[in-house]
Amino acid sequence: MNVVVMGCGRLGARIAGILDAEGHSVTVLDSTEGAFRRLPDSFRGKKAVGNGMDGPTLEKIGIAEADCFLALTQGDNRNYFASQMAREVYHVSRVLCRVYDPIREEIFRDLGLETFSPTSFGANILLDMLRKEPVRK
Amino acid sequence: MYIVVAGGGKVGFHLAEELLGQHHEVLVIERESGRAAQVREELQGNVMLGDSCEASTLDAAGIARADLIAAVTGDDEDNLVICDISRYRGVPRTIARINNPKNELLFQKRGIETTISATQAVLAQIEQELPTQMMIPLLQLHNGLELVEIKLPETSPVAGRSVREVLLPAESLISLIVDPGGVPRMPSGDTRLSAGDALVVVSRKESLEVLREQLIGSTHGLDT
Repeated sequence: MNVVVMGCGRLGARIAGILDAEGHSVTVLDSTEGAFRRLPDSFRGKKAVGNGMDGPTLEKIGIAEADCFLALTQGDNRNYFASQMAREVYHVSRVLCRVYDPIREEIFRDLGLETFSPTSFGANILLDMLRKEPVRK
Repeated sequence: MYIVVAGGGKVGFHLAEELLGQHHEVLVIERESGRAAQVREELQGNVMLGDSCEASTLDAAGIARADLIAAVTGDDEDNLVICDISRYRGVPRTIARINNPKNELLFQKRGIETTISATQAVLAQIEQELPTQMMIPLLQLHNGLELVEIKLPETSPVAGRSVREVLLPAESLISLIVDPGGVPRMPSGDTRLSAGDALVVVSRKESLEVLREQLIGSTHGLDT
């Protein structure tokens, strides 16, 4: 699988590292060079500095050949914009988009994206934990 | 019309001012409190403090009953989100300011009318829809042809001339003339045009501005 990961934060770096170790072809895109320090030393994929909302930048890193695009920057709107670009303009078949705001996440999902909200997901997990017996005393 | 203007910067402020002058109901949404206060003072209200990318802000602005939203912030990603959420909430027309012209294709694909920079350009787009306007798009034909209705004003440079004397852009054709009494006529080369006539014209999309200038004359901001 040919994967483009936009945003090399903790989550982006982790996913990129795992997919790379599994043998997938991974390109990580981030606006700052320093972000790549989060990638594991074993990472063999490509690292590109640039803005994922910019068409020419996406083309340069080979978005047209990507099977999957993951939008994982800190900005919900940026993630949405880049995801729609990958989907509508470059016809990437799988586009996954992180959206912190749960309300926007639902709307974006209805607008055709595969979305994930760490806020609602995290809240559910925490509530689940609270309702169960503590694991450790 | 109820028009929501997302973004109270220079473009949003002047756009709102013009629209209020045209007696529309207008609400500007601005997320920066200092700027919102400034705009509130200048526009005597008509401002809401909030982030227009949030659905809850748009809902509080009564987005569901808006006829049009103009997303004119300085960030293209915000403008896309604002337009897409608004349409999801049922707003029939969405217009976005595009700061980076390269992004135009994406907005097009999302079905959002776009305009690159400048207040005047946003205004021109909205005015196309108003009945008082002199050029009204009727139908988009394939091959880039468009059918428009043009009402000749008193100041029209072609009033009093015959159809033959009017030099139209290439592939443009006056196909019907409706006189002020509402009587339609098929024009011939000898048909004389008068102020108040409504012309139905076929033209290429890219020739519309030239066509407007030739039949209506220069209007504010459009002759730049």
